[in-house]
Amino acid sequence: MNIFYTSIIYIVTIILLGLSFMKDKKKTFLALKKAWKMFKTVLPQFLAILLLVGLILAVFQKETIQKVIGTESGVIGMIISSLIGTISLIPVLIAFPIASELFQNGAGLMQITVFISTLTTVGFVTLPLESRYLSKKVAFLRNIFAFLFSFVVSFIMGVILI
Amino acid sequence: MREIIKKHKFLFVVLIIDLAVLIVFPYKGRESIVFTGKNLINFLYILPPIFICIGLLDIWVERETMIKIMGEKSGIRGVLVSFMFGVLTAVPLYALLPVAGMLLKKGSKISNVLIFICSCTSIRIPLLLFEGSSMGWKFTATRFVVNIFVVLITAYLIDTILTDKNKDMIYENANKL
Repeated sequence: MNIFYTSIIYIVTIILLGLSFMKDKKKTFLALKKAWKMFKTVLPQFLAILLLVGLILAVFQKETIQKVIGTESGVIGMIISSLIGTISLIPVLIAFPIASELFQNGAGLMQITVFISTLTTVGFVTLPLESRYLSKKVAFLRNIFAFLFSFVVSFIMGVILI
Repeated sequence: MREIIKKHKFLFVVLIIDLAVLIVFPYKGRESIVFTGKNLINFLYILPPIFICIGLLDIWVERETMIKIMGEKSGIRGVLVSFMFGVLTAVPLYALLPVAGMLLKKGSKISNVLIFICSCTSIRIPLLLFEGSSMGWKFTATRFVVNIFVVLITAYLIDTILTDKNKDMIYENANKL
């Protein structure tokens, strides 16, 4: 699944690069040089994120997440689920199967929704990177709103679906 | 040396924590390194094409064109373009941020860039199929519709809170990328 989407991105990039090369060799090399420069400047931050994610994953294994979200219920369960979602950076493709398993085992819909929402929209480990590109204020505001709205969304989902 | 540490303090703090964990809890520490390694491969796989696309965007797309499409006076069309651009892109947030930076550099409106980021993080069309098959279609459809409103409201709220001075700073910062 993941590989499929990334392959599409690769194909599109190669086509664009080819077109650019045919149109203007010099400009294309300049583009590549710029790409490399931009990549190099954020690389340390990417590495830091990777290390941090590795640590978090080692602490929060699939079983731990399942236990916490599965057993806790009510608002406290939602808060715990949202906090796990906020600090972890698990690919959605791994998160959905976990969520669906939990759901089938009787975990609350609202807890699961809040977990998925915070997982995808709130990024604690990517906060420094986000501040770099969008400024601190925007990064904080966006994450705080995303966190609060995760609860709003799950309450609405709860009202509609339960 | 001191300058390097100051510049990359985030990386150094994490490195120190990692080392501490490795010494105090060798098993967990090793496990975390394994996870990092696995993720590193993912990172290195997804990032090159994205940065190449950003580079191409920088070289080929004129500022004027971008301003017309997503800039200050792009109106409802700019909102739609940003939204569609966001929901069709299925990349994680960390890969998305450099793209957002480039959009700002090219003169996109801040609220449109926010719509792009928010829609991409909460609604990813390529992932909907996957969500539907694991969470059910009713769940997915409801979340999809509710999230559209959330994306628009969030972008609007942040845009309202930001002062003109904040916005100038954001553009100035984007120009340095």
